[in-house]
Amino acid sequence: MNAIKVIEEGYKKEIPPFRIGDTVSVSMKIKEGEKERVQTFTGIVIGRKGSGTRESFMVRKISYGIGVEKIFPIHSPLIENIKVVKQGVVRRAKLYYLRDKKGKAAKVKEKTFLRK
Amino acid sequence: MKGILGKKLGMTQIFMEDGRLVGVTVIEAGPVRVLQKKEKDKDGYETLQMGFDKIRKGKNVTKPMQGHFKKTSSPMFRFLKEIGMEGFNAGDDIRVDIFSRGEKISVTGTSKGKGFQGVMKRHNYKGGPGSHGSMFNRAPGSIGQSSYPSRVWKNKALPGHMGDERITTKNLKIVDIRDEQNLMLVEGAVPGANGGYLIIRSEAPVAVKEN
Repeated sequence: MNAIKVIEEGYKKEIPPFRIGDTVSVSMKIKEGEKERVQTFTGIVIGRKGSGTRESFMVRKISYGIGVEKIFPIHSPLIENIKVVKQGVVRRAKLYYLRDKKGKAAKVKEKTFLRK
Repeated sequence: MKGILGKKLGMTQIFMEDGRLVGVTVIEAGPVRVLQKKEKDKDGYETLQMGFDKIRKGKNVTKPMQGHFKKTSSPMFRFLKEIGMEGFNAGDDIRVDIFSRGEKISVTGTSKGKGFQGVMKRHNYKGGPGSHGSMFNRAPGSIGQSSYPSRVWKNKALPGHMGDERITTKNLKIVDIRDEQNLMLVEGAVPGANGGYLIIRSEAPVAVKEN
């Protein structure tokens, strides 16, 4: 069991602290044929799942009027950077209710003072 | 053929260079001590007998076995198996580095015991409806015809003991070799429970008929 923990530990990355409801900007390496470029996906974190190397988080954004959700494995080597753009105030762990809301109602209250 | 003995430690997931997350089995493979070299003239076939998993005290090891270990002045081992491999002599140590990343291997182990099981779990029979007055729930059904053959055919799939048998899984891919820790990471699952002993070979052995 211990050897397995050591292996998993080796794949863990330094992750900036972010919470559910925060708006994050995720830079991800994308391979197009031979070329590699970085794509950013900015949206609200609507959930975090799992623990250890298996942990993943879900980001939702509205793109040209259509809701788009992306699930990222937190420790994936393809993720270059996770930047917290805004901190939100929410009272639940999964923000699935945002899927049924439109326009202003689909917003998360922003934190007015910064979290330590 | 090359081979080594090992122990299944468990499974986990790792990231590949291209970002794929793959499920892997972690195997503690070797180091293994060659205890005896079986020779064609003497034994009629050529293999290497290897020992894996050292016994520290060994008060329950029989005297004849103790003598066998003493011959190569090696420690005592729990798991001894022969592998038809060349290039090593009695007393040598074999480590995981005989294998490399990306290689295909076959792994032999003892599957988890399932006890006495019915025909649905053991042979994938469909079974009958669960309700609506059906009395044919998980039963095997008819097991043969009448006057001919007047008996049940051989190898007829029926309930019985399932699991706890020797299973070889072929064409498993080595994802990583960690030489310093004697670890081997194999893509996918390997037979048996965690802690079970395994025989890892570059190819599955084929029975050869001698004429």
